[in-house]
Amino acid sequence: MIRVQAVDFDLGDELKKMTDGNTGIGGLCSFVGLVRDMANDERISAMTLEHYPGMTEKALAEIEKQAHSRWNLDETLIIHRYGRLEPGEQIVLVAAASAHRGAAFEACHFLIDWLKTKAPFWKLEDTPGGGKWVDARTSDDEAVSRWNKLN
Amino acid sequence: MKILYFAWVREAVGKPEEDLNLPEGVASVSDLVAWLKQQDTGYETAFANNAAVRVAVNQEYVDLDHGISNGDEIAFFPPVTGG
Repeated sequence: MIRVQAVDFDLGDELKKMTDGNTGIGGLCSFVGLVRDMANDERISAMTLEHYPGMTEKALAEIEKQAHSRWNLDETLIIHRYGRLEPGEQIVLVAAASAHRGAAFEACHFLIDWLKTKAPFWKLEDTPGGGKWVDARTSDDEAVSRWNKLN
Repeated sequence: MKILYFAWVREAVGKPEEDLNLPEGVASVSDLVAWLKQQDTGYETAFANNAAVRVAVNQEYVDLDHGISNGDEIAFFPPVTGG
């Protein structure tokens, strides 16, 4: 399941919904991304996430489909927020549930790595020097290419 | 066709979107970029370095040589930074 929303989410509730009624699930792995208060030695007072409605949902659905084609998964969940967020707030949740931990761990890692380079979101950080668009990181591209080599 | 701009590309162009009839002689994304750059300095700033801009046609990533037609939704934006 994918969701793109401005409002916060409750990690416990979301994970519980994924496994409710499916006792074949033996492993559930989740990752939550949070807003940091520092970036490049500058204090961040808030962050605004912009996205491309329509394409965002398509890209996330494709990432989820890819995960299901690579691992045997019972459930996956991607929630990504947009709008203004303050340090400490949750930005993103990815989770994967499977019969065994191996697939759950790997798929969860894959989902966040792919999301970071494919999903059309952009971060604008509020710094003491004004608003700054976050630059894409080469290390994120390298993280994705690792999955391309593995599969 | 509909053209969308996001993040600093939107700020440079000065608008989030616009509707346009396919200009004469424009057949690809790179043709469109060249045409836009002739219209206004905002586009020149936005497209000063093509390597810094990503393109989607009908919500799929494409290269600059991708063909375009009048019904298309074309989006220009920086490399993504979500997650």
